[in-house]
Formats: sequence, C-alpha cells, structure tokens
Amino acid sequence: MILDSFLIRAALAGVGVALAAAPIGAFVVWRRMAYFGDATAHAALLGVTLALATGLPVTLGVLVSATAMALTVAAAAGRGWAADTALGVAAHAALAIGIVALSFLHGVRVDLLGYLFGDILSVTRTDLAVIWTGAALIIGLVAWRWRGLLLATLNEDLAAASGVNPRREGLVLTLALAVLIAVALKIVGTLLITAMLVVPAAAARPLVRTPEAMAVLAAVVGTVAALTGLYAAWHFDTPAGPSMVVAAVVILVVTSMAAAIRGR
Amino acid sequence: MSQLSVDPLSATPSPVSPLIEAEGLGLTLSGHQILHDVDFSLAPGEIVTVVGPNGSGKTTLLRVLIGAERPDTGRITRAPGLRIGYVPQRLAVDRTMPITVDRFLALAGGTPAARAGALERTGIAGLGGRQLAALSGGQFQRALLAHAVLREPQLLVLDEPAQGLDQPGEARLYGLVAELRAEIGCAVLMVSHDLHVVMAASDRVICLNGHVCCEGTPLVVSAAPEYRALFGHGTHGALALYRHDHDHGHEHGHEDGHDHDHGHGHGHHHGHSHGHERPESNSGPGTPA
Repeated sequence: MILDSFLIRAALAGVGVALAAAPIGAFVVWRRMAYFGDATAHAALLGVTLALATGLPVTLGVLVSATAMALTVAAAAGRGWAADTALGVAAHAALAIGIVALSFLHGVRVDLLGYLFGDILSVTRTDLAVIWTGAALIIGLVAWRWRGLLLATLNEDLAAASGVNPRREGLVLTLALAVLIAVALKIVGTLLITAMLVVPAAAARPLVRTPEAMAVLAAVVGTVAALTGLYAAWHFDTPAGPSMVVAAVVILVVTSMAAAIRGR
Repeated sequence: MSQLSVDPLSATPSPVSPLIEAEGLGLTLSGHQILHDVDFSLAPGEIVTVVGPNGSGKTTLLRVLIGAERPDTGRITRAPGLRIGYVPQRLAVDRTMPITVDRFLALAGGTPAARAGALERTGIAGLGGRQLAALSGGQFQRALLAHAVLREPQLLVLDEPAQGLDQPGEARLYGLVAELRAEIGCAVLMVSHDLHVVMAASDRVICLNGHVCCEGTPLVVSAAPEYRALFGHGTHGALALYRHDHDHGHEHGHEDGHDHDHGHGHGHHHGHSHGHERPESNSGPGTPA
C-alpha cells in the first residue's frame, strides 16, 4: 500500500502541517504573535516530559502544556508586564526547563534532537491520522470563526461593537495554535514550529490583496516548501525539518524580491 | 457637585425605552480611576455629544457603553439586539494585513450593491478595490463610516471621528455624519475633546471629567459653571460651530468670538431642570413622556 512508504507518509505529514499552519500563521503575522508562538511551542518539551512520565500520549501532553503556556503568557501580558519581556522569559524558560526535565526521566530513551528539530521520516500511520485530524480541526475552527477573528484582529472595539467578543476570538486562536503545536512537533520540532507559521504567511503577503488569499497562498507556499524540503533531505541527506524551513525562506526571498522589482 | 440635567425624553417625546441605559458606572484601570458614578441614558434617535478634556474618560465611557470594556461598578442595559455602528478613534491597519476596502465593508454585512452604495454615500465611490492601509486619513474615516452604516445601526457611535483631518475635512465629515443620521434616523453618540465640533444638532451635551460634570443642551452646558471651570472661557467655539451650522457655514469651521452675541436659540425647545437628580420616572422603559 502507498502508505507503506515512509517517504509518502513523510510527505503527507508535511503537507498536513503546512495546510494547518497557513491560516494560523496568517493571524500570527497580522497580530504580531511570532514570539507568542515561540513561547507556546517551546512549552511542548514540558508536555513531552509530562506525557512520558505519566504514560499519556505525547500529543495530549503537548496539547495540555502548550495551552497552559499560551493562557499563562496571555494573562501575564494582560497584567502589565511588557509583552516582549514576558514572552522572552516564558519562551526560554519553557525550553530550558523542558530540556532539564527530560533529562530527569530515567529508563526512557528520549530522542531530544527529534523533539527539537522534528523527525518527519519516522512518521507512522497513527501519526498521520493525528496530524490530519488536527489539521481538519484547526482549519474547521478557523473557518468557522473567520469573520470574528478578522474583526478582532483589525480592531477589538470594532469587533465588540459588532457583537464579537475579541477575547473569545483570541482564545479560539490560542487553542488552534496549541493543537497545531501538538501535531507539528514530530514534523518540524519545537524550535522550528514558529518558522512554519510565519515564513509561508510572510512569503504570501507581497502577492495578495485579501486576508483569504493570504491564508490560501500561505498554504500553497507551505506545501511546496514541505515537499521541496523533503526532496532535498532525501537527495542531500540533510535534516528534513530544517530543510523545509530553508525551502520556505527561499520562497519568501523570491516573492519579496519579485514584489520589490514590481515596485509596490 | 451640582448637576445640570435635561431629561432626554422630554426633548424627544417618544414613549420608547432607551437604547442604552447605565447607572453608577465606575472603572479603574491599572490603579487609575477613569470613571466613577456615571449615569447615562440614550433614547432612540437622540444625538448626544460627550465633551471633556484629554484623559477625562470619554473614550473609556464609549468602550464601556458598546461592551468593549466591563465596568467595575454599575449596570448597563442595552436594548435587546441593539445594532451599533462604531467608528473608532484610531484604527491602525497593520501593513502585514492585506485587505481591500470592499472586503472590510463585507465584514459588516450587506450585498455587493449595498457596499458600493455605502461607499458612494460616504463620498468614496470607486475605492472598494483599494487597500485599506493605502487610504488617506479622510478616506479612511469615510470607509469606517461606510462600515458603520452598512450595519443598519440603531445607534452610531463616533469616537472623535475627525481626528487628524484638517478643518474643512473635519467640517465635511461632520456634515456627512449629520446627513447620514437624518437618513437613517439612528441615535448618535459622539465624543469630542474639541469644543469647536460640538455637533450642531446635538440634543444633549455631556461634559465628562471622570464623572458627569454637567449635561444639557449645548447652550445650557456652555453656560454651566462646571463646564467653564473645565474649559475656561472657551465657550465661543462650541457655540460658534453650533450656530454656524444653522448658517450652513461649514467651510470656515469656527471663527469664534465675533458673532458671539448674535446667537439665537436652538431650534428645539428643551425643558431643563436644575438639580441633583434626573427624574427617574421619565426615563423608565416604556413610560410615556
């Protein structure tokens, strides 16, 4: 069967993550949440530790830790901490504590590098099912709340006057982000998840005129980057996750230069 | 403090319940008391302008009334299903967000034809395909106004909508607001820190400085000692534009002082009472005036 090929499974996994990351990535760019994404993603390692220590599925552990981190950071930023400082502390504290905590797990062999940079070539059928379920969940959630999310992103007061609760929309986005991190961990790893969010969306930006077009084009860019990166990893024996990010960055440079030449 | 108050329902004698009614609003943000003991009521079709110095809580009051901010104390009752068209003070569209004017209007609802109509009505016909971030200040405010109008609002809320416009632009924008208001028949709640733009047709002016210092018709408020204490002798400006509009003197905005003594009375006749309390019986829901 076709899914027997680990390369096909890897490709499907990469495409699934790229599709799910696109709409969230657009909002991360518009709302300037890149650092927030980093903090949340770095909390994934704590989730891995939690899962391995309790015997829960890793995806569930990551989902819990990422959600908890996102909510904590959002609350801290709301309490008058400079958002930048709060996020900087949270992002790196989570990463360091996560690595330290992992080292305390005795009797469990942990592939730290895999969690940091992803291990797409070892994706199983179960992983694929989790990834595509998560992707469907994310895309469905964002599509359902699309108008409210856009209004809340444009202006919170405008949203409130239109009967949209901007805090609730922010929560929707946070949850979607946590799900994405849970399913993307295996593909690009905790350190590069934010790259898969931000880079395709930024690459799409110069070429589009509407928010919808940006999300769709980001999905296309992410997909191309995932497949190209995988191809490069196969041929040049480079690490797959970072290769996908490099491919996305190359596309970003090309679209930015094209836009500059067109003289926008 | 003494309070000059004019009952809104006697000014607009319709036996309907208020669109928004608030009692004893108070809000403290990061240690600063922004609002305290604010009572507010707005009848359908009424035009109310809130004036006050910078930092007096005008924007916060609007945000509380439209539901963007929850007050620490007090109660707010909004008419069920109240449709609000809101024009924020400042809407910074991030350059990272691609959005055309038409797509922005679509967020408010309405058919493509209705959206084109709203653009035409607000004087920016044909700009639907333009990027929102590429509009000039005046065009942008009009796009916001078109967005608000598309919601078929019962209440239009404007937070210093003419900020950053030059004086002719400001006068034209307020003229447009007055026209739209007349067409839609909605209530208008507007904020200004600029006394010169107290809307010509305001039924009521609320002078705010953390609390309601005084309120009443523009003429009554401008004569109130509380208002003079806040704004010094700068009452000419408010009255100038107020009267100017009767003369349709939009273009010159306010050349205050000269015609100060030529003022005539406002077209409406408002009963007003001097005293601490607003007669509650008249502002109750469904009470015929």
